Amino acid sequence: MLGWIDTLLQGILLGGLYSLYATGLSVIFGIMRLVNLAHGDLIVLGAFLILAATSAGVPLIVACAVVVPLMFALGYALQAVLLNRALGRNILPPLLITFGLSIIVQNGLLETFSADTRRLDIGHLQSASLPLGGGIAIGVMPLIGLGAAIAVILLLNALFYRTAVGRAFRATSDDVEIAQLMGINNRSIYALTMGISLAVCALAAFFLGTRANFDPSIGPARLLYAFEAVIIGGLGSLWGTLAGGIVVGLAQTIGAHIDPEWQLLSGHIAFLIVLVIRPRGLFPRAVD
Amino acid sequence: MKGDETHKRFSVARETRASTITLILAVPAIIVLFALPAFASRVLLQELFYVFTMLSLAQLWNLLAGSAGLISVGQQAFVGVGAYALFAFAVIAGLDAVLSIVLSGALAGLVAIPAALIVFRLRGAYFAIGTWVVAEVCRLVLAQVKQLGGGTGTSLPPDVASSIVGLDFVRNFFAVRGPAARDMMVYWLALLLALGTFALVYRLLRSRHGLALSALGDSETAAESTGVDVFRTKFLIYVLTAVATGMVGALIFLQKARISPDAAFSLIDWTAYVIFIVVIGGIGSMEGPIIGVAIFYLLQYYLAALGSWYLMLLGGLAIVLMLFAPSGIWGVISHSLGISLFPVRRRLVTITGSGPEHGGKG
Repeated sequence: MLGWIDTLLQGILLGGLYSLYATGLSVIFGIMRLVNLAHGDLIVLGAFLILAATSAGVPLIVACAVVVPLMFALGYALQAVLLNRALGRNILPPLLITFGLSIIVQNGLLETFSADTRRLDIGHLQSASLPLGGGIAIGVMPLIGLGAAIAVILLLNALFYRTAVGRAFRATSDDVEIAQLMGINNRSIYALTMGISLAVCALAAFFLGTRANFDPSIGPARLLYAFEAVIIGGLGSLWGTLAGGIVVGLAQTIGAHIDPEWQLLSGHIAFLIVLVIRPRGLFPRAVD
Repeated sequence: MKGDETHKRFSVARETRASTITLILAVPAIIVLFALPAFASRVLLQELFYVFTMLSLAQLWNLLAGSAGLISVGQQAFVGVGAYALFAFAVIAGLDAVLSIVLSGALAGLVAIPAALIVFRLRGAYFAIGTWVVAEVCRLVLAQVKQLGGGTGTSLPPDVASSIVGLDFVRNFFAVRGPAARDMMVYWLALLLALGTFALVYRLLRSRHGLALSALGDSETAAESTGVDVFRTKFLIYVLTAVATGMVGALIFLQKARISPDAAFSLIDWTAYVIFIVVIGGIGSMEGPIIGVAIFYLLQYYLAALGSWYLMLLGGLAIVLMLFAPSGIWGVISHSLGISLFPVRRRLVTITGSGPEHGGKG
């Protein structure tokens, strides 16, 4: 019984991390209807950037503080230079551009950092945990990760629903042409959106790198978890994405509890089941 | 075409002079390809085997993405299922290898039915990642099957490949040893599959389903209002493609004689390369994948040794192409010269002139 409670707690905490992966994807889905197949690889890129900075002697927190805006700039440039050129009714060009980008990032990391597994070192925090009694304890870092996921969603919702630029984001999401008529430059909105998405990726990269080992090949799997969280949660709702991340996290830890080999499979199967019984996700908001 | 006043002067045609010439040239070319094992080296046959199987996969992906608008990044699901099915039928059930290939295709089609019912709930770009999840599920499930080697994979016993129907005849006829005869057999099978895939796609695109597909490509709503059953048409294409992809996958791994989950469900080998071939050659045309596979083969031949730099180059080329020539090399050629070797479109031609020359693309 205690084992199960522990499993459920771990699942929710893992879900917090998946929600961090997914929030950036959810934002670009919601505003641009764009699918970024390089999303997972860009998270891994963020982790390697943080790693490179810390290996150069920069303290971890400072490294993150540098990499988050750096990834924002990268996202802005990526959208402004590449993806904005491929906008249109045909979804193939943006999809294949991000697919090509995924292969470039993955192999570029392989070439630069080799296939060795790495980890971000956070000293004693790594293994710190809070005892909850009855032999159950939860890790401090996973808890901070879940807190960060919630904080990011609160922050983004405040941005989208309480600021003037947020209104422009929502207008562009609702109807690009009308938004353009109202004087909104949709291209710069899109570039900002991709910037935000990659900034969240950088934050997710920090929690990825401190939680487990990473290497250049693990990006695509992160993309799939993030995507599943977004679809399970329902398009257009960031709280839904958090819930979706927790569903994937719970499914994985429950599967692993039954048989360690079933961890990944049970996450995917939970996604397929939700798709069958609630094709629009648990908390659908946008129609698309 | 009954002869009333209007039809005396105009007629609907698909054949062009270029397509007739192509058809005439294709016959001797195919005969030469079938006769090739009599005088070609084993290495050449093995290289052509790779080209034919990649061409088949490219034609199939092109049908899905270019014609039906179903952009899948998960076709490795059906390559892998077909490959594993071959091992199951040939090794565990002890069936003949050629029969196993056909059955493997059927099994891949059976897997595609529930897969389609689930991923068709996702639209457009979301569909793409959905197909990827399906491929992951297939990979993870098959990695659990201990009889097929589990996560590490297994090898095909030598007696399976040497039991192909007609192998003894080929060995005696050409007076070659077992492995050489085996290479000839899989070469012919690959050639047959490539031609069969080509014929299937060509016929499908020229049938009423093809007309429905091009209507769907223009506007789904308008197509539906004129009686096109969107779901049925796409479902049919998806399952048919899976059957053929499964057969190609089975053949590839019959030749490789070794299987593992990572190799059978490789995103790079069975989807990224295939997409690259279609995109560089020209998506949405029958000619595109042929040009694409030739370019891909040359790049692979000269640059594959560069490893990850080679892959980065392919990714970069695909991006540049998508930005500046999204219709690929054949798209540029056919647009500027106005020729079509394998026409699937109907054109209006005047009969009262010197011959069928004019007419816009329709």
